[in-house]
Amino acid sequence: MAIEVRIPTILRQYTEGAKAVEGSGDTLAALFADLETRHAGIQARIVDGDQLRRFVNVYLNDEDVRFLDGINTKLADGDSVTILPAVAGGMA
Amino acid sequence: MRYDSPLAAVGNTPLVRLPRLSPSEDVRIWAKLEDRNPTGSVKDRPALHMIEQAEKDGRLTPGCTILEPTSGNTGISLAMAAKLKGYRMVCVMPENTSQERRDLLGMWGAEIIPSPAAGGSNTAVRMAKELAASHPDWVMLYQYGNPDNAGAHYATTGPEILADLPSITHFVAGLGTTGTLMGVGRYLREHKPDVKIVAAEPRYDDLVYGLRNLDEGFVPELYDASVLTTRFSVGSADAVTRTRELLQQEGIFAGVSTGAALHAAIGVGKKAVKAGESADIVFIVADGGWKYLSTGVYTAATTEEAIETLHGQLWA
Repeated sequence: MAIEVRIPTILRQYTEGAKAVEGSGDTLAALFADLETRHAGIQARIVDGDQLRRFVNVYLNDEDVRFLDGINTKLADGDSVTILPAVAGGMA
Repeated sequence: MRYDSPLAAVGNTPLVRLPRLSPSEDVRIWAKLEDRNPTGSVKDRPALHMIEQAEKDGRLTPGCTILEPTSGNTGISLAMAAKLKGYRMVCVMPENTSQERRDLLGMWGAEIIPSPAAGGSNTAVRMAKELAASHPDWVMLYQYGNPDNAGAHYATTGPEILADLPSITHFVAGLGTTGTLMGVGRYLREHKPDVKIVAAEPRYDDLVYGLRNLDEGFVPELYDASVLTTRFSVGSADAVTRTRELLQQEGIFAGVSTGAALHAAIGVGKKAVKAGESADIVFIVADGGWKYLSTGVYTAATTEEAIETLHGQLWA
């Protein structure tokens, strides 16, 4: 099951500079654990215990996962996940 | 339809189904054409309502000066209403907004005080607050915090949509002042508790973020997260792609922020298809494309070129 994950500039140090990588998992939590196996260190920058880090926003097909099931949000083949630093997400 | 004056013609805009962009027969997307307002944008509703409420409670009296931080449409709406009602209008606006917007404001007699591009709307808001403090006789209607902004949509946009489409399941609009989402959202919830209220938030590329003031993620005072069901973050490329699809497939010539709202509308539509549910999804066409022609996104030969031309520009 392939899921495209878009990586923000500040996390590209873990992906050899790649803007997007592929991963797999039934949930976001499983996806981030899968990414960790190839991009050591990235998981801790996104996840804090059993939830998303406060200043990280994650979007599933552009939808804010905090309005879905957070890190337990279910994924399906072909989904696209975008990770962004929350500080850049001003609203006005 | 007949009205007694141009200002009376605000609102009562058409709601049209988009047969080509709707995901299926049972999942329908509807466009609320707010570009059909007198100055060509949804902002005519809050601008007129804020002025009339301020007149009612005595804050605005003949000869007053109105001050507003605005990157365009609200200023244009306020300038037109101010001109007809005899007020002076001063706008604080980031210096990197388009020439068309400046010309439109000037045409209706508004004075423009430029704010530095670097801080975007945040700096314009701060400058306007400082100007208001040093000119106590000026009236700042302040769209970001004025309940009459959301009140305009609660009183007019919401009821129009429900009357035209009682089967509505989703309402989608751009997230700026948040007035449209808060006002329409509250009205629809009261009448259809299951309705889903969906925000489409603009997401800029790294270049634009570099220009913005990162240490103040400005949240409008009107924003109440409990009104929203969910939030979409829409990047420039998707906003441009949808703006061009709306033009090419449905013949609707809309601004780029409308493309972002359409992208979120299609997103919730696809989810409904996947879940086997039927849906009637309404999204707001906030304005027409006229003010953005000079960006080149409509005339570029390909969508890839159009995305490239918008790179690094603010579009909502």
